[in-house]
This record gives sequence, C-alpha cells and structure tokens, in this order.
Amino acid sequence: MAEKTRRVVEHPILPAQPDQKKVTIYYNGQPLEAVEGEPIAAALMNAGIRAFRKTVKLHEPRGIFCAIGRCTDCMMTVDGHPNTRTCVTYVKDGMKVESQDGYGKNEVVVK
Amino acid sequence: MKQINTDIAIVGAGSAGLCAAIQAANTGAKVMVFDENHKAGGQLFKQIHKFFGSREHRAGTRGFLIGEQLLQEVENCGAEVHLNSVAYGIFDGNTLGIVEGEPHHETHYAVKAKKIILAGGAKENYMAFPGSTLPGVMGAGAAQTMINVNRVLPGEKIIMVGSGNVGLIVSYQLMQAGADVLAIVEGAPKIGGYGVHAGKIRRAGVPILVSHTILKAYGENEVEGAIIAQLDDHWNPIPGSEQDVKCDTICLAVGLNPMTELAYMAGCQMAFIPALGGHVPMHDEHMETTVPGVYVAGDITGVEEASTAMEEGNLAGLSAACALGYIDEAAAKEKEAAFLNRMAMLRSGEFGERRRTAKAEQVAAFHNYQKGIGVKDGE
Repeated sequence: MAEKTRRVVEHPILPAQPDQKKVTIYYNGQPLEAVEGEPIAAALMNAGIRAFRKTVKLHEPRGIFCAIGRCTDCMMTVDGHPNTRTCVTYVKDGMKVESQDGYGKNEVVVK
Repeated sequence: MKQINTDIAIVGAGSAGLCAAIQAANTGAKVMVFDENHKAGGQLFKQIHKFFGSREHRAGTRGFLIGEQLLQEVENCGAEVHLNSVAYGIFDGNTLGIVEGEPHHETHYAVKAKKIILAGGAKENYMAFPGSTLPGVMGAGAAQTMINVNRVLPGEKIIMVGSGNVGLIVSYQLMQAGADVLAIVEGAPKIGGYGVHAGKIRRAGVPILVSHTILKAYGENEVEGAIIAQLDDHWNPIPGSEQDVKCDTICLAVGLNPMTELAYMAGCQMAFIPALGGHVPMHDEHMETTVPGVYVAGDITGVEEASTAMEEGNLAGLSAACALGYIDEAAAKEKEAAFLNRMAMLRSGEFGERRRTAKAEQVAAFHNYQKGIGVKDGE
C-alpha cells in the first residue's frame, strides 16, 4: 500500500481539521487507515488506490468519475453488499471494502 | 404505505432548494425538503472561491460560507429538511415516493404535497476518447469534491480539459490543494471562462492551450499519460502536433446537464435548449412547469451558476406559497420584482446574454405550448 498521504492538510482557505477520528477499514483484507465519516472512495484515494472495480464484459478497470453518487463507476462490495457507491458511502470502523469484478459477489442474484 | 401531507415539498437541498424552502417557510407554509446526501448545501460546500455579483448576491463571500448561511437560515425558518432521503419517483396527485435512512436501514413513505418544487441540480458531462474510462479520468466537479470536501487529492499531475469557469476555477483550486496542473486544454480558439479566472491560472504559470484537444489517455490500470494535439480551423487534429504529456489525472470540465428525471416522470413538457445544457422543463415567469403545481428551480431548469439558482429558488418558493395564499399578491409582487431584478443582473453582460436569451426562449416555449403552438399531433 502506498505510504505517502494525498490528504489536503494545509490549505490557504479551508480550515484545518484537527478533530478527525482515525479508524481502520479493510481493503481486500488489508488494513487501511481512514478518517471516520469520510467517503470510502476518499480513504482509498488517499492510499493511492484508484481502480475500484472491473466491468462486467471486458473486465476493464473503473474508478471515480462523478464523486456525487450519479455515475456508479465507483461501485464496490462493502460489508458484503455489492454495487455500493463508495463515493457516497461513509467510512465506519472495521468496514470491509472489496473490489468488485463484474456484478460482484452476489452474482447469483442477478443471473 | 405511510403518507405524509404537506403544503410544499422540495426535492434537493442545494442552493435553489434551500432558498425556495426559506422563502416559502417564512410565509408560514409547511415545507418539507428532501435530499439524498448526508449534508445539505448541494455544491456550495465545494465552492471555495468568492462569488460575483452585487452585495444582494452575497458577492465577495466564498461559496462554502454562503452554504453555512443558508443552513442557518433554513434552520430558523421552520422548514423540515430530510437528509439521506431519495425522492425516487413522482406520482399522480403531486405525490413523491421517498426512501429515507442509512443504507440497508431505510424507511419508505409517500409525501402528498399541494405544491412540489424540483431543485435536483445537474450532473457533469462525459467526453469520450480512447482511454477515457481509465481510473484517473474524472469530472472537474468530482476533483473539486475530492479536494475541497473530502480533502484528498485525486492525483498530482493533472490535465484539465475545458477552459470554462469550472475548468479554470477547479484548476486553481487543485493548485491550492497542492497538485500540479500541467495544462488546460481547450478545443475552441478562445478561453471559455472569465478573464479574471484565466489571469490567475496564467500568473501561476499554467499554459491554457486553446485550439487543442485530447486524443487519448493511456495507462495499464489507471491514467499514466495523455496525447494532446492542436486543432485546425475545422476542429481536426493537425498531424505532427501531438504531444505526449505524462500525467496521472485528467479532469473533464466540458459542461453539465440538468437532472430532469423527476420532471420527465411528472410529465413536464421539455424544451431542447443547448445553451442551458440540453432538455429542460418549460416553465412560466413564476417557475411553474406545464404540470400544474410542479415548479422547478436551479440547474434542473438550465445549467447556470449558484447565484442564479438561489434567485430561482427564491422565486419558486415565493410563487408556490403565494399560490397557496400564504402571502398576499401585492407583497409577493414586490419581493418577486427584487428577485427578477437580481436575476436580470446575473444574466447581463457578455457572458450572461446567452443565458438570458436562452431563458427567454424557455419561457416562450411554455406559453407556446399552452397555446398549442409547435405541439405535434399525439403529444
């Protein structure tokens, strides 16, 4: 996992955020530090992870496009729920986030 | 299914929806606002630049601070704001279907409203080119959300496609957040946005490449670079002008389109007006659509900017409350005149004129439709 941070800490206009609570989420089984309440996508991007899922037919990588819950390109399996929009789903301690190939783990449902 | 009755239901708690709520609730109407996000304020909290216009438009104030002010006002006005609440449908008799709550723990209910105001905003346009689906290609607004709200850089070396105000402002904000913007690529022969924004970009040393386009993005699993090229007078790439730019992120600032799904579902007649972002609901001078009792405000009626959205929200909220008798017509007229006046100012000048003409066309389309002009058989 990338060690350096991509967090915007010092900023000329936006205030500092000293009260953030750090929690741990699990990305494909590996522990990852995240900020409680941030979108899952933000925690992954901070770790340098940008390819979130693979498409159904061609298995091409996809990541964030719209970041407001519209395009569904950022879907992953979160705590067992496939097709979860990670840009508008917020981090909780212990969350399990898995990259999704095609329809995800509940593939049996959509056959 | 549980049904809740209200005077006015508003879909969207962004600039337009919040202003509509404040205007309507301040007259004494019972107002409910629904927004799918976990925080109200729409796009305002991403906008860290100072707004334009006059003092009445809160000019000189940064967008996210205007957002704070609106949240305070909406709390004081007595409107009920329901967050994490998706309005998934609109049914006969001005009824909204709502799903509210945290994922997998939602409750489901219907809201029957005497008046409905749709203020759902817009979404970013996509632009197709080889490699445009690679992770690392994203909307400029998405990058703005990542840096200013989520406080994470989407990348370090960025190419911006599009030099309208969104492209210029987000480029500057990406630099403020610590990224390198390598270039702004603009297909047209001149810069799309305001000179004041372009000036800041140029002073920072970022080239704005007009008459240029992106031919492709490449990379194994995510963006590793892009090929850009110059365009001739007919918008064709000039052979030999290709440049390979090593970048990790490509932001697309190529316009937005109104999120009109609920308006379509309600049966609102639409007009196709490219200057406003595509298909937009026809509406009258009071923001009421061709479906009686259904109003629209903000980017859903045509993509403009936040200040105009706020004024349209003011107008829609006031008009709906007035139609229900919560404010007498003389008092409403006076307020309305002020909103219209400020809107006219926002749609003036070299940049505003196009929107002003387009909005006039939209209102004319409404009246023509009511008179049966331009309506095809069977419609």
